[in-house]
Amino acid sequence: MSGSDTLNTEKQPAFCLEIRDVVKQFPGVTAVDHISLEIKEGEIFTFLGPSGCGKSTLLRIVAGLENQDQGDVLIAGEVVNDLPPYKRDCSTVFQSHALFPHMSVADNIGFGLVERKIPKADIKKRVQAKVDLVNLGGMEDRFPHQLSGGQMQRVALARSLVLEPTVLLLDEPLAALDRKLRKEMQIELKRIQREVGTTFLNVTHDQKEALSLSDRIAVMKDGVLLQIGTPNEIYETPRTRFVASFMGATNIFAGSVIDASDDLLTFKADTGLQVIIPTPADIPADQITGFSVHPELIDLIQGDANPELTCTETDVMLPGTIKEVFYLGDFSEVSVILDDTDLILTVYMTRGWNGPNMKMSEGEHIIAQWSGESMNLLVG
Amino acid sequence: MPVLDDMSASQAQAKKREKRKLTLDITAYLSPIIIIVVVFVFAPLAIILFFSFLKSGPYGQIIYTFTFENIAAILGGGYGKVFLKSVYLAIQTNFLCILLGYPIAYYIARFGGKRKVLWIFLIIVPSWSSYLIRLYALKTLVGTKGTINTLLINIGVISEPIQILYTNFAVTMALVFAWLPFMILPIYAALDGLDRSVLEAATDLGATPFRRFFRVTLPLTRGGLLAGSILVFIPTVGEWLVPHIFGGSKIMMAGSLVAHKFTAVGNIPQGSSLAIMLAATLVLILYLTIKWGGREALEKAL
Repeated sequence: MSGSDTLNTEKQPAFCLEIRDVVKQFPGVTAVDHISLEIKEGEIFTFLGPSGCGKSTLLRIVAGLENQDQGDVLIAGEVVNDLPPYKRDCSTVFQSHALFPHMSVADNIGFGLVERKIPKADIKKRVQAKVDLVNLGGMEDRFPHQLSGGQMQRVALARSLVLEPTVLLLDEPLAALDRKLRKEMQIELKRIQREVGTTFLNVTHDQKEALSLSDRIAVMKDGVLLQIGTPNEIYETPRTRFVASFMGATNIFAGSVIDASDDLLTFKADTGLQVIIPTPADIPADQITGFSVHPELIDLIQGDANPELTCTETDVMLPGTIKEVFYLGDFSEVSVILDDTDLILTVYMTRGWNGPNMKMSEGEHIIAQWSGESMNLLVG
Repeated sequence: MPVLDDMSASQAQAKKREKRKLTLDITAYLSPIIIIVVVFVFAPLAIILFFSFLKSGPYGQIIYTFTFENIAAILGGGYGKVFLKSVYLAIQTNFLCILLGYPIAYYIARFGGKRKVLWIFLIIVPSWSSYLIRLYALKTLVGTKGTINTLLINIGVISEPIQILYTNFAVTMALVFAWLPFMILPIYAALDGLDRSVLEAATDLGATPFRRFFRVTLPLTRGGLLAGSILVFIPTVGEWLVPHIFGGSKIMMAGSLVAHKFTAVGNIPQGSSLAIMLAATLVLILYLTIKWGGREALEKAL
């Protein structure tokens, strides 16, 4: 999200979609709070956040179904603030599919083309191409009530794609599908996007879906944009406590840096725990407000072998007691109470890493260990 | 083999017996309703049907000889004009009710917000009062010395009262006035049940509000339109109070003809045959409507 974008701006007409300082208020809540972001051509961009975070509202503002109180929306470099939805060069795939129940699959897909006064023969050809793209061959004459959820989703997708919009907006496209179908459609969505090259703007509350589908993710909460980044960045280096916990890094230590040397920082957590961290390149020491560790990066050392309990720059080792073990098959979720604190660590023990016969029992005394580079620094 | 056959035969018989018992049970449980329907609906209809094949004597007494005279007289064209006029007025009323009712229903469904229930309540409330009283109330408005004429004369727009009462216009107006709520309600129900995201999808795909209405909203509320039409059309064809009050002697509808035969003329067989013809016409129209609009429309109407 930093300097690399500026190189492209000379060649292309800026960005495919730009949102500039958009604000939207509903009675009693600010749904979108001064959000600005740019989306590049051909990428899958995702708004991720818990329900009520304003992500759908922002999508609807882009589509023109909702009007912002302040700020600009630019599609392909053009301000579209005053254009009604039917004149904007974008198209929405609705969560509920929103197919026209009185029209066949082919008529549904051709709906927008009819509005654009395209000749009939041409419509037929273009509809057929999209029917093939979404693998609905042979279903052209069926009606929505004769289709399964996944098929309806495909029709909704084809109906929007046939218009060749600059941006395709997807409002929780997979939320209405069951788990198995969701996975399948996720792969389909990615294939279709690679095939047509259209920019996808996706909205979801499902972290896994966002991570696997997107090129870039914007995490939102209470109408505020918290962090933009690639799935890797968002998962591995969340910058705020909320993003960290939302992305599954449940072990969060709030505190501050008490001593800084050239290449090492001493961090003291509010609970009294002290760790040494290599000085980060991009964050000033006085802005650090905590760190997070993903549960899968923590190791539990069993047995009475008592290694030297020290915190070096490479390793953190803390004694604790196992409180609970949730056996989940491929891994176990273990809660550990750290000694002399009321801090609870969540640790994922996978069978592959820890050996198929690993057993942990409640009450057992263990040592929790993670490496210094597993720690992700938080600034908010 | 024969043993098996025997088994299955006895099994089939047992099944049949069970089914018969079930039918009997249902009939027994429903018997009070069946009796009421038979006594109060089918029996009168049967009597009317029976009367329509009889003759009337010079003093209005019924002569019990079987004849097709009455039916022949109706089919012969003597009453055709009145029937056609009834159907014409009913179609006109229906059409006007749609024109007036659709926008009202649309407004309440789309923009009613929290007041939806209030609006619907206000539309229903008048139909709780007596039909006759409502019609007379309307009559006081449009009469020669009615509110409208008096007002217009007083403010000097006209010097002579306009003849509103006893015209085609008055009859049509009264019919629309009386039956409009029955058009609004089913259309409102259909509009209110519309999935808003479907409308948004139409806009999003490039349909202007005008185009969207004709390509999506109207087709999707056809059921409500049809239901409303059935509710308005059928009572209107058989209407006799409205032409009686607002049309005077000038405008007769099929219903008034039946009433006229029974009361003024006192020819019960002729009145009966007219009533039967009217009912038959309506059943035919209803059948065609259902065939065109599907069962759902009727189910909605009921």
